[in-house]
Amino acid sequence: MAQAEGGYYVPHQSSWPIIGSVGVTALVVGIALYLEGIGAGPWVLGAGLLITLWMVVGWFGDVVREGLTGLYSDQVDRSLRWGMIFFIFSEVMLFAAFFGALFYARVLSVPWLSGADPATSRLIWDSVALTWPTAGPANAAMEWRPMGPWPLPTINTLILLTSGVTLTAAHHALKDGNRGKLVGYMWATIALGLVFIGLQAYEYYHAYEHLNLRLETGIYGSTFFMLTGFHGMHVLIGTLMLGVIAVRCMKGHFRPEAHFGFEATAWYWHFVDVVWLGLYIFVYIL
Amino acid sequence: MTNMIARRRFGHLGLLAGLMLLATPALADFSLINMTRGVTESSQEIYDLHMTIFTITVVIGLGVFGAMFYSIFRHRKSRGVKPAKFHHSTAVEIVWTVLPLVILVGMAVPATRVLIDLDDTSESEMAVKITGYQWFWGYEYMGEDVQFLSRLATDSDVARQLDSGINPASVPNYLQNVDRRLVLPVDTRIKFQITAADVIHSWWMPDLGWKKDAIPGFVNETWTVIEEPGVYRGRCAELCGRDHGFMPIVVEAVERDEYEAWLAEQQAGGEPGTTADGTDAAEAGEELAAR
Amino acid sequence: MTATTQDHAHHAEEPTGFKRWLVTTNHKDIGSMYLLFSLAMFLVGGAMALVIRAELFQPGLQVVDPYFFNQMTTMHALVMIFGAVMPAFTGLANWMIPLMVGAPDMALPRMNNWSFWLLPFGFAILLSTLFMPGGGPAGGWTMYPPLMLQTGTAFPFVIFAIHVLGISSIMGSINVIATILNMRAPGMTLMKMPLFVWTWLITAYLMIAVMPVLAGAITMLLTDQYFGTSFFSAAGGGDPVLYQHIFWFFGHPEVYILILPAFGIISTIIPAFARKPLFGYSSMVYATASIAFLSFIVWAHHMFTVGMPLAGQLFFMYATMLIAVPTGVKVFNWVATMWRGAMTFETPMLFALAFVFLFTIGGFSGLMLAIAPADFQYHDTYFVVAHFHYVLVTGAVFAILAAAYYWMPKWTGHMYNERLGQWHFWLSTIFVNVLFFPQHFLGLAGMPRRIPDYSVQFADWNMVSSIGGFGFGFAQLIFVWLLYKCIRGGQKAEARAWEGAEGLEWEVPSPAPHHTFDTPPVIR
Ligand code: HEA
Ligand code: HEA
Ligand code: CUA
Ligand SMILES: [Cu+2]
Repeated sequence: MAQAEGGYYVPHQSSWPIIGSVGVTALVVGIALYLEGIGAGPWVLGAGLLITLWMVVGWFGDVVREGLTGLYSDQVDRSLRWGMIFFIFSEVMLFAAFFGALFYARVLSVPWLSGADPATSRLIWDSVALTWPTAGPANAAMEWRPMGPWPLPTINTLILLTSGVTLTAAHHALKDGNRGKLVGYMWATIALGLVFIGLQAYEYYHAYEHLNLRLETGIYGSTFFMLTGFHGMHVLIGTLMLGVIAVRCMKGHFRPEAHFGFEATAWYWHFVDVVWLGLYIFVYIL
Repeated sequence: MTNMIARRRFGHLGLLAGLMLLATPALADFSLINMTRGVTESSQEIYDLHMTIFTITVVIGLGVFGAMFYSIFRHRKSRGVKPAKFHHSTAVEIVWTVLPLVILVGMAVPATRVLIDLDDTSESEMAVKITGYQWFWGYEYMGEDVQFLSRLATDSDVARQLDSGINPASVPNYLQNVDRRLVLPVDTRIKFQITAADVIHSWWMPDLGWKKDAIPGFVNETWTVIEEPGVYRGRCAELCGRDHGFMPIVVEAVERDEYEAWLAEQQAGGEPGTTADGTDAAEAGEELAAR
Repeated sequence: MTATTQDHAHHAEEPTGFKRWLVTTNHKDIGSMYLLFSLAMFLVGGAMALVIRAELFQPGLQVVDPYFFNQMTTMHALVMIFGAVMPAFTGLANWMIPLMVGAPDMALPRMNNWSFWLLPFGFAILLSTLFMPGGGPAGGWTMYPPLMLQTGTAFPFVIFAIHVLGISSIMGSINVIATILNMRAPGMTLMKMPLFVWTWLITAYLMIAVMPVLAGAITMLLTDQYFGTSFFSAAGGGDPVLYQHIFWFFGHPEVYILILPAFGIISTIIPAFARKPLFGYSSMVYATASIAFLSFIVWAHHMFTVGMPLAGQLFFMYATMLIAVPTGVKVFNWVATMWRGAMTFETPMLFALAFVFLFTIGGFSGLMLAIAPADFQYHDTYFVVAHFHYVLVTGAVFAILAAAYYWMPKWTGHMYNERLGQWHFWLSTIFVNVLFFPQHFLGLAGMPRRIPDYSVQFADWNMVSSIGGFGFGFAQLIFVWLLYKCIRGGQKAEARAWEGAEGLEWEVPSPAPHHTFDTPPVIR
């Protein structure tokens, strides 16, 4: 029953999904409790995190084992590919919402608030003309500076672009069956990811300490931290994924002709890269 | 067998008719089932637009449903028909793609005209600023130094409490009366500047032909020219919390000279509390702070 | 359902009892769970609707406090949309798509289980907020700020519950897409797929495109509340209306998510009972795709009164009106399918016919709403409530009921009781019109939506509407009873339960064995 005779692998019943549901529920309930200042929050959150991690490790462990025992036909492989493609598409749309907020603020709400058509907001805010970047009409007195593209974000751009290259090099090495090179490039990519995260952490520190740029800094601060923060989270997850894949590379899990796990992670990483380019242009430069 | 089903059908129709009978008292009065024509040029244009589109859809509906019911009656297996085999016809399909498109263009033209007209707030002769609060309205006659708040009338407020035991029908203008009306002159191009202090509200006066959202931090503009004197009633039309259902609007449209007199009275201090004497604002402030 | 499906299962290695349902990866099991969950949520959401209708039975407040009324309105909508209609469609997809395309199961069976099980957990969180200090969410299902930010303790729970439901929908959709694109039996080209499969492919795509946008919107609500951001506050340079744009960018495609699979169902059932092939198969496919495309560029027709620039209003008005064209193509095709067929009127067909009739009425009122200047009068009145219940209840829900009757023999192996089915249909159809038709009048006459109490001129029609509401609600209990009886027993169903039914699902025995198409069928 576990395996259909026709060849498409239909797994055994699995406990991971239900464990995952419990884990995710505990996780979000924990965060909600914490946000509402209810004592049990952090504990529930912690438990949720642990259960979810357990699920992730266990579930992917199963998948890896099944892959290694050759249960996955080409057709299964294609299912996984479609799955990953559409997962990434959903992530693109998540970022689209935040980019949409940025564009709306810059093109519409800020000019409106500073008295452009419809001209009447002056009735409420005797507005000094607002120009981007701004913290909004009520925060005119606030002392702060925006984050320019130089030097950190530009360096970070180069780092991410380079990491894209090293990852592609790793992919070529994998297809050539050169494990030494593969592993080397993988760790290089991971190192670049870590440096990126480090620099971004520093950038945030710099923003809070030296620029007085915060989440509370009106719409500029909101969009800046939301976009870069969500992106940073994705880099972090991507780096973790790369780490797992690197270890699997070292164990020789991938064959030149079948290495979907590697490819999926690479797609993810490239997606994170492309989002960054959007950020670099629209958050830092323009 | 068929006979039995047919008889049962008639039974159902009887039930339907019975239920419809329940509703006859309301049918007599069209104001209870259709949009008001209102008392401004735009409201009448909108009413006409509404009736036009409604009629078009009814006509299309009669055609589509007519064909459907004809088919249901004639092309049924119990009449021994053999099903046809056709399954497409490019010509027909093109016709019924293009035809609706043409009809839609026909609808879009008048709609566009009315919309453009409504959008133009220039050349107004006076302006009123309207502010939505949880859960009452504030009015300010711009440049006239007259402002006041307008709340649900007390008798309605008492009657509307849960299990008040008061029959709403015994309260005159239940839920559509206020303590202070917005007095406006007729035949005057009035601009409204609409905003809110806490959450989003929406200022809706059906007889003027539009509603406009009151959005905190922004000001929306629109205009009207009221053609007939009278008392017009409207309400908040955007969910704004617990008492959203209890913030009515009453406009009293009067002749210009009457309006001037009323305004002068207000400026002179008028009836206690009706002017911009600050007491109301303070009251409102307290009420807001209490939340 | 347990009893019947297990008889035919290879139960040797499979866990039994409750555990079986927790860990199953079988698309039929998961489909059944989705469907039963959806039915339960329909009753819960319906019970909330009855609270609303009871309060609105007469003017004055008799039953609930206004704040609780708002919670009921909000929850009713969230439960119906995310708990009843969407899971019902996903359940149908789970059961039928593998059967229709000749696949052994869904493409990603384990994830399938996860998609389902997140739902009860998500709803447990959502419904529990009703019991929290300050009550549940009361800002309407649209959750507009700043009002939504006044929610009490429930606030973050609501946000996260919706996140969980969204994750579930996205995973479910990914699964559907992977199944359709990758699991079709040899020879089943895209243009040979049953229309239900086509409409679901496009629906799944819509869902993956817009559920994350909703997630983004409510995440910004969350940070505005707890982390001092000002996305939706003018003081900081944001705009409450920004939320509405993002929400409706999700919300409008969402309403088509709630109707496209229904179109697929109707396109399956009408040919079966007219004994005549569907008219205009390919134009049906193109029309569905056009509707999906247009759905992304019409969102602001929900916001004509917010004070958009004129150009925006005109654009959104025109784009919205355009949707009538592909939808019209569908309606005309259905009528042309009936034309010169040889129709019989079993319960699924009756619901399908009522769908065509009543959905079209809902579509017409939609078109009226699309006319921006007229919408200045209609907006936020019961006219809108009437519109969307015609498309949602006599549209989506009727289609789901039609599908349930149509495929019930395949699921349970028994024919349902046709007499009860006919009763259910006629009572539902009569009462649903008594319930929602007068709401057009109320809206036009000036009754706003989302109010617990109203002035006395609205009393008569509200009373009629409430009577219809209770009538319709109790009529649904007939269905529950009928379903129970059908699962327990009844006349044995043939493999091809309906004379005119076409499609691979009718090639396998009834009830469908636990595993089907282990070796793919070949389609000529
Ligand atoms: C299943 C769900 C569903 C569907 C299918 C639709 C379909 C449509 N809807 Fe509806 N709508 C909702 C669910 C849905 N809607 C909901 C839930 C809300 C309220 C949300 C809230 O505020 O809470 C809403 C609100 C809503 C509004 C906002 C109203 C307001 O708040 O002021 C508008 C405005 O344009 C609108 C328009 C339309 C249109 C034009 C269609 C079209 O798709 C209809 C097209 C169909 C036809 C026109 C009929 C068939 C066609 C023919 C027979 C061809 C010939 C016809 C002509 C040429 C006229 N809808
Ligand atoms: C698919 C979606 C869907 C469905 C199926 C329904 C179904 C119904 N809705 Fe709907 N409704 C919405 C979606 C839906 N609604 C939305 C989106 C809104 C807008 C919310 C907002 O403004 O934010 C809304 C708002 C709304 C309002 C307006 C509220 C307001 O503005 O304040 C009303 C009022 O009459 C109403 C009534 C009903 C009724 C009577 C039904 C009936 O069809 C329900 C029938 C079913 C039953 C009655 C269940 C039967 C069960 C029993 C009789 C027994 C109960 C037993 C147990 C629980 C064990 N709904
Ligand atoms: Cu104010 Cu609703
Ligand atoms: Cu819409």
